[in-house]
Amino acid sequence: MPDLLIELFSEEIPARMQTRAADDLRQRVTDGLVEAGLTYAHAAAFSTPRRLTLAIEGLLERSPDLREERKGPRTDAPEKAIEGFLRGAGVAREDLVEREEKKGTVFYAVIDKPGRPAPEIVAEVLEQVIRTFPWPKSMRWGAGSLRWVRPLHGILCILTTEAGAEVVPMSVDGIEASDTTRGHRFMAPEPFSVTSFEDYAAKLKRAKVILSTEERAETIWNDATQAAFALGLEVVEDRGLLAEVAGLVEYPVVLLGEIGAEFLDLPPEVLQTSMKEHQKFFSVKNPKTGRIERFVTVANIAAPDDGATILAGNRKVLSARLADAKFFWENDLRVAQSVGMTAWTDQLSNVTFHNKLGSQRDRIERIAALARELAPVVGADADLAEQAARVAKADLSSEMVYEFPELQGLMGRYYSDASGLPPEVGAACQDHYSPLGPSDAVPTAPVSVAVALADKLDTLTGFWAIDEKPTGSKDPFALRRAALGVIRLVLENGIRISMDRPVDAQILRHQIGVNAQHSETLEAILSASVAEGVFGARTRTLIEAAEAEAPGWLPLVRDHDPSVSDDLRSFLHDRLKVYLRDKGITHDVIDACLAMPENCDFALLAKRAEALAAFRLTEDGENLVQGFKRANNILTQAEEKDGVEYSFGADPKFAESPEETALFDALDMAEAKIKPAMQAEDFATAMAAMAGLRPAVDAFFEAVQVNAENPVLRRNRLNLLSRIRQTCGQVADLTRLDG
Amino acid sequence: MTADKPRSFQDIILRLQTYWADKGCAVLQPYDMEVGAGTFHPATTLRSLGPTPWAAAYVQPSRRPTDGRYGDSPNRWQHYYQYQVIIKPSPPDLQALYLGSLEAIGIDMEMHDIRFVEDDWESPTLGAWGLGWEVWCDGMEVSQFTYFQQVGGHDCAPVSGELTYGLERLAMYVLGHDDGNEMPFNAPDAPIPLTYGDVFREAEAQYARWNFDVADTDMLLQHFVDAERECQRILDQPEVDPKTGRRIVMAQPAYDQCIKASHLFNLLDARGVISVTERQAYIGRVRALAKLCADAVVASQQDGAAA
Repeated sequence: MPDLLIELFSEEIPARMQTRAADDLRQRVTDGLVEAGLTYAHAAAFSTPRRLTLAIEGLLERSPDLREERKGPRTDAPEKAIEGFLRGAGVAREDLVEREEKKGTVFYAVIDKPGRPAPEIVAEVLEQVIRTFPWPKSMRWGAGSLRWVRPLHGILCILTTEAGAEVVPMSVDGIEASDTTRGHRFMAPEPFSVTSFEDYAAKLKRAKVILSTEERAETIWNDATQAAFALGLEVVEDRGLLAEVAGLVEYPVVLLGEIGAEFLDLPPEVLQTSMKEHQKFFSVKNPKTGRIERFVTVANIAAPDDGATILAGNRKVLSARLADAKFFWENDLRVAQSVGMTAWTDQLSNVTFHNKLGSQRDRIERIAALARELAPVVGADADLAEQAARVAKADLSSEMVYEFPELQGLMGRYYSDASGLPPEVGAACQDHYSPLGPSDAVPTAPVSVAVALADKLDTLTGFWAIDEKPTGSKDPFALRRAALGVIRLVLENGIRISMDRPVDAQILRHQIGVNAQHSETLEAILSASVAEGVFGARTRTLIEAAEAEAPGWLPLVRDHDPSVSDDLRSFLHDRLKVYLRDKGITHDVIDACLAMPENCDFALLAKRAEALAAFRLTEDGENLVQGFKRANNILTQAEEKDGVEYSFGADPKFAESPEETALFDALDMAEAKIKPAMQAEDFATAMAAMAGLRPAVDAFFEAVQVNAENPVLRRNRLNLLSRIRQTCGQVADLTRLDG
Repeated sequence: MTADKPRSFQDIILRLQTYWADKGCAVLQPYDMEVGAGTFHPATTLRSLGPTPWAAAYVQPSRRPTDGRYGDSPNRWQHYYQYQVIIKPSPPDLQALYLGSLEAIGIDMEMHDIRFVEDDWESPTLGAWGLGWEVWCDGMEVSQFTYFQQVGGHDCAPVSGELTYGLERLAMYVLGHDDGNEMPFNAPDAPIPLTYGDVFREAEAQYARWNFDVADTDMLLQHFVDAERECQRILDQPEVDPKTGRRIVMAQPAYDQCIKASHLFNLLDARGVISVTERQAYIGRVRALAKLCADAVVASQQDGAAA
């Protein structure tokens, strides 16, 4: 069976697109071949900066012959129906056969599809794949109309058998398929022809092209670490950079160079970022000092002077870049030390955050107010939290962050420290953006937590207040990430707060536009809302006191419309569900806990859910659910029938049998255990006590007829069942559990 | 293989001129207006529209007022030179032609590491974009290589290949000077040897002062509005000239006003009177003019009139 080799040779393909493109080529060509009846044994794809290659082994020589029968209308059907069938089947009238069936004589079209030779199919499939290739961005060139990522120059397409190799005849927009390709652009530019994949790979290697991306990456990494090791240094690992650099060269040559001594005092992150972003250099660290002292660059050519010229050029470019970085660093330090962080925050009033949400400065004011209010909840000093929030985004105006946006936060820490602010403030500058994703570390220092939480809540409430919510896959302001950040900050730090309170307060702050009309009364009201809710007694007292002045914002606060907050709360709940599901907690357990009051206390909610999920796996868990369901089913039926809710007043004096009395006693005993456990939020103990009711419940149902003739007895028994429902429903709404 | 090395800034320019002339380009002179980059020259923007083949190369003095450093920076000037090549349709061997030009100015391909690194070009003010690379020589960006896909909102068909060389940076590298002001402008052994700084340093200081602190912003704003208005007025004229009776679409005079507006915007930006939010609006206004001019070029070509 023949092997197929395809190479699409082009001008330089962006590094970030190569791996995906090789996969797409393999997927689309093999799909197309299989769909046309050509099965194969094995397929592998490769990419370099100038080529996508696909090698398929064990391809069928031709597709199998196929015979298809299609049932048509009856022979006495109207002429129109028969014509329609002929058109659909693509056959002529005389090709139809008639067959006797139960319902009469029926036309059949028998269509023979003879197999086709592989070259014909390959040519068709490959042309189609080239013309519809899913590049993230493609272009036209010259006078042609073909689109490719960059100009496509050659198509190598051969089928190899024992008898030899044959070019698959085909052409796309004037590019004829052939059996030739080229090697390295500078070291082996002459064309050569190949007869098989093995021949191709071997000749490419001789022509200074390493076909496999993994092999190039491995070569780079091994050579780099060895060169560093020889000097007692180590290369800072960076997989993203390694993959990118492996896509920039066909023949990697690793060169290790020195960084000018005058730059070694720059923060290591600055050195690393500058070298990586601008030059695609790896950083080389001295493990003894932790400092970055050298760099590794990867050339695409083995020069006769062993790369001395290339290295000198790269050093020169690096020096110019680092001179810029040093210039920014020194200017920023001077500002931080002489004026302080306020020099930058003042400038942020000119920077728009969002046209409906004001400037970055306005945003900082809001975050600072909320951070102050959240501080007691997270155990932070309120003054420090406010101070940290005020400077946390100052570095956005610094020269260094303007040049390297990815250093935001980190530079804030350096500059905050340099300006003499407390270390907690510096830490908050660095950490308040975190967590950025599901695996990113969560800040734990209280001041950092207060600012991080306030930052994310301000973003969420702001976009909710202006009705810019994520829809489907569109989430341009990364609000899902912010919501997950809130949840991780709360849960992983065990913060106990009912999230509806800060949400309400901050939404009001947005709606009123607090910065425009600052008022101490308003701040006091919003503070009280964070502490105890918009409808809390103290909040209400403050609102009433403000009535006399009748400020313009009063109606918004007094008649606070909870619908926006409710919507945001359910968004946060959705993120919480995803988070808990990732921890292995099933959706019904989460729903059962969400149905409980205080579901805005995410830490409590998670605690309930974790306890219930674990308890459910035990024998007692089964007892709890079964005992509860048995009581609840009968009770619910009776309630539906009677149209009333039985919820109160079961009296042991109406108990007739010992089993009934025993259930009263069991409930009393259980409740005595449950109450303190619930107060201590020891849900496992509470649920164990609930589960302990099962024997008494079972015995009760064995011995006692709930629906007694005597209506007093019946009501009493239903009220007794409702005690079971209430008792067992304190941790979660068990009716929502599956099974 | 090893080419002899150029000795001066002008030597590099002359070699590029000779090289591209040999390859068949019309060697044009700079456009006689203030522009931010060689792309603004009508020989690139306007000629990249429509089907007519075209090949040109030229030096374009360019101005970026915000880059002024009073002549003190070793590698930044508010006035600098770009070398621009534009060929339509882009020839299949454009990469090879380009590499040949590097050899022509003394860069030996065996000794250096030349790389084509993804860089998609976009000009928000011209409503133009293309795909291509920045070309690195030993880690330094020496050129921009672009296949134009759209200009002024119109698809480019055929596609033009555009090469832009930053001449100062390239020359500093080839001549081995870390401080651009120190590199020889003419032959170092000429009777009166001149450095790049001798030619430009004083003017750099003067323009930096004017750009940053002195330019009359009210006047610049007025000029911007005037240029904008004149551009539209020109294009609003009937196509047939009442005097000659000929159909004359004045796309290029209108485009001059667009270039003017663009440079005035850059000056206003350097004076720091354009806020972050206004910036986008100004860029949008210039782009609207570029689009009108491009529309005029395309419309006049479609009707079979001479471009």
